[in-house]
Amino acid sequence: MILVEPLIPALRRYARSLLRADAAAADDLVQDCLERAITRWHQRRADGDARTWLFTILHNLAVSRLRQAVRRGWHVPIDDADEAATARPPTQEAGLRHGELMRALDTLPEEQRSVLLLVSVEDLSYAEAAKVLDVPIGTVMSRLSRARERLQRTMDADAPASGRAPTLRRVK
Amino acid sequence: MNPNLPITEDDLHGYVDQALAPERRAEVEAYLASHPEVAQRIAGYAGQREALRDAFGPIAEEPVPPQLSLARMIEARRSPARHLPWRAAAAAVLLLAIGGAGGWLSRGLSQPAPAGIAALAQEGADTYAVYASDRNRAVELGAADREQLVRWVSNRLQRPIAVPDLASAGYRFMGGRLVATPHGPAGMFMYDDDHGTRIAMLVRPMEIEGDTPMSERSRGAVSGVTWAEQGLGYTLVGAKPADVLHPLADEMRRQISAGQDSVKL
Repeated sequence: MILVEPLIPALRRYARSLLRADAAAADDLVQDCLERAITRWHQRRADGDARTWLFTILHNLAVSRLRQAVRRGWHVPIDDADEAATARPPTQEAGLRHGELMRALDTLPEEQRSVLLLVSVEDLSYAEAAKVLDVPIGTVMSRLSRARERLQRTMDADAPASGRAPTLRRVK
Repeated sequence: MNPNLPITEDDLHGYVDQALAPERRAEVEAYLASHPEVAQRIAGYAGQREALRDAFGPIAEEPVPPQLSLARMIEARRSPARHLPWRAAAAAVLLLAIGGAGGWLSRGLSQPAPAGIAALAQEGADTYAVYASDRNRAVELGAADREQLVRWVSNRLQRPIAVPDLASAGYRFMGGRLVATPHGPAGMFMYDDDHGTRIAMLVRPMEIEGDTPMSERSRGAVSGVTWAEQGLGYTLVGAKPADVLHPLADEMRRQISAGQDSVKL
């Protein structure tokens, strides 16, 4: 039997990382998502995967929230959002790199940021990400490629004179 | 090593995301070994991936706030003002599986559904949840078949039913359908604005509370304004704050009580 409850932590993480909002705003969105899931449980495709389905609901809610925010002309001030939006109170050195990463992430258009987060952080396969975003898999790949390239460029430009930021070291 | 297929950009991302089959992974590794510039770029991407996971990973370790407890959400839906629709009950069983669900189901089903305004508001919200989100088939009869729709709904409700016109408020009539409620058939009419935001009105005969002033209700992002007049109950529902819907509901009520001469058949 599929359980929704174990997926809630990941939904909270995706909401907070995509919106780059504080925990309360992101959790409100997750709550909307879960309420929809409860009312629409019967609409779920029998052969579908609950995780993909929930991420789809959450993603659509997040995107409409982001677009509303754009229409209304307000945005979360990045400096305020940084600490609230991410869980780690950084140490000084790590904090520097962490800040760069967050700022670089903020420069990505929403469609690239969502692909990058779904694939890199939420561990969705490319096919699952395509379902969540309702785009062909080729579009997922091209957005992912552009997102990574752009993030790299932004971080390289931000990196201190000592060269490439140590966060970019290959970890294997 | 001679790769069978040329290494593509997709392979490189698959390598970063550890999504390649072992043989392909080995081919990509061999390719990277002989292309240091590409290898440097890909190492950067892998570093990004790790940095993002490090940054956001801890969020998933946090305790989930009580606001997001499924048991609590389902409990809230079962409060006396709104009966628990059987589909939500079924959903609850699946969502909660075995843990912690004991006891609520039998109570939820044995409670008589309220028949009045609160029930209508709930039916409106449920109808909206199902149809407003349906991209392709939100309505069964479109605006072009308005006359047929009005005849259909009026016949089934055994009352002349009017379709209010909200064009002056920026909402186009999309069409509607007949929907089932625990209190018999209801007519649903849907409207949308230039942003594609949909609102829906549900109308059905009222056994009780047939003349009731407007009241507002909200559930999550969805609100409803509900009233009854001359034995017909109406609820206007949308993903908007209730105070935004209220003037639209006022306009609908004005047109309906103006004796249906606003109805363009």
